[in-house]
Amino acid sequence: MSGPGELSIITRGLNLYYGAFQALSDISVGIRRGLITSMIGPSGCGKTTLLRCFNRVNERYDYVRTTGEIIVLGRNIYDPDVSLIELRKSVGMVFQRPNPLPVSVYENVVFGLRIHSDRSALKRADLDVAVEKALTEVGLWKDLRDRLKVKATTLQLEQQQKLCIARLLPLKPEVILMDEPCSALDVEGTRGIEELMFELKGRYTIVIVTHNMAQARRASDESIFMLMGKLVEHAPTEDLFLNPKNPKTLEYIEGRYG
Amino acid sequence: MASTGPTTQRFARTAQAARSERAQKVAKWVFGAMALAMVAPLIGIVTYLLYRAWPSLGWEFLVDLPRKGMREGGIWPAFVGTLYLVTISLAVAAPIGVLAAIYLNEYARDNWFNRLINLAVINLAGVPSIVHALFGLGAFVYAAQFGFSILSASLTLAIMTLPVIIASTREALASVPRAFREACWNVGATRWQTIRAVVLPNSISGILTGIILQVSRAAGETAPIMFTGAVFYKAVQRGDLFPYRLGDQCMALSMHLYTVSTQVPNVKESIPYATAIVLLGSVLLVNATAIAARVFMRRRKRW
Repeated sequence: MSGPGELSIITRGLNLYYGAFQALSDISVGIRRGLITSMIGPSGCGKTTLLRCFNRVNERYDYVRTTGEIIVLGRNIYDPDVSLIELRKSVGMVFQRPNPLPVSVYENVVFGLRIHSDRSALKRADLDVAVEKALTEVGLWKDLRDRLKVKATTLQLEQQQKLCIARLLPLKPEVILMDEPCSALDVEGTRGIEELMFELKGRYTIVIVTHNMAQARRASDESIFMLMGKLVEHAPTEDLFLNPKNPKTLEYIEGRYG
Repeated sequence: MASTGPTTQRFARTAQAARSERAQKVAKWVFGAMALAMVAPLIGIVTYLLYRAWPSLGWEFLVDLPRKGMREGGIWPAFVGTLYLVTISLAVAAPIGVLAAIYLNEYARDNWFNRLINLAVINLAGVPSIVHALFGLGAFVYAAQFGFSILSASLTLAIMTLPVIIASTREALASVPRAFREACWNVGATRWQTIRAVVLPNSISGILTGIILQVSRAAGETAPIMFTGAVFYKAVQRGDLFPYRLGDQCMALSMHLYTVSTQVPNVKESIPYATAIVLLGSVLLVNATAIAARVFMRRRKRW
């Protein structure tokens, strides 16, 4: 990749196997800091698998075996002294269906802080500040400031999804991974999340997996097209959609398969 | 009507459709009748028991000792004995079972060793109680030298209820949506933090229900305790809540019911029925408490 801006995530020759099945083959990619990078491709192409590699949460799902290198924020995350706890604090994830915990809005936001600090180190005032800051950052503070005690699972889906993003922020992440964050939302909700992504861009590196090509096109700076576990094309979004280099990319974005 | 036109009205019921609808009606009635047939005996049994037990029922019957060679009097020693056995066996089985289930459901990977454990749990749940009785006799009474005692009998009951507690706990844990776990993992929670913060609070009502349902099983079993620590008769203080020590033998309701029904001649007619009512009543009471607790905890969790 050319141009300014350093890379937040680099993979080199990454292969991933679920048992005998190879889900990713020889992925080498660099994801630029502070931008929104979208990953597109048909179902089963490995985009979600690749996303889950970036904070090694894959290992919680199945028997996975990986070879190759993944360098996140300058550190090979397979180094033996890498703590998964610290890695996942810096690299958070948002899911298809909003998954707020069945506790209050407030407790959802401070959940990460509670997990990662001693009980005695947490002052109520600090938590209050963290909640206000995180909710303000995702644009929920005005709507929810008087409803912090409300159970998070009763919010609208769009608010739930924003809350899931807010839940990551008190841990001061640098990368936010989004796995089809709008697929459960309606048009308004999708717009809300996309606008939030633009707000967050710059401060955070955002990687978004999406089924929706139109979304990739309007909401991302760079796009990665994947097929059958391989990376086919990685380019600035404009270029990928207007002048795809690879005929397979062209066929996909024209909707010939998918 | 012209011969070329349609001979019937559109969407009219054909013979085939009528047959399907008839079959559907029959099926509904058959299934409904079976559901009813399941409830009817229960009501029948309880009514009949109450009717036959009526002359003996009362506070006196509960707190009094059996008198005149168990032909009259009450059931206090058996009642307290059952309380002892059930409480101690569940106090042993519940923690082990719940912790094992947490391991199996939250930590264990799918490999041959854990599949073996699973298989063992399933098969253990299917072992007849008389076999547990023999095992208890060999393991606790003789090998561990606990003798014929409440301890041996309770441990035998614990072994018997353990696999079912494991299975029901696993089910409760598995019903917690994975999305909650994912939410935790991705803010860097360890498995233990995930379990403590999210999995347990959202499955505790199911876990407790599974455990409490085992009360009725432990209270009702006769064979395991007969082999390991329950006796026909044991005199205790009337109304004494703590008459036994762990090393003592004890009476138990299930065993007492068996004794007064089959082993003692000329028992006052209502005594076996009243014993059954007490057994049934205490189990139902415990189950009702469980249901109430469950409803209460359900109301707090909604996702």
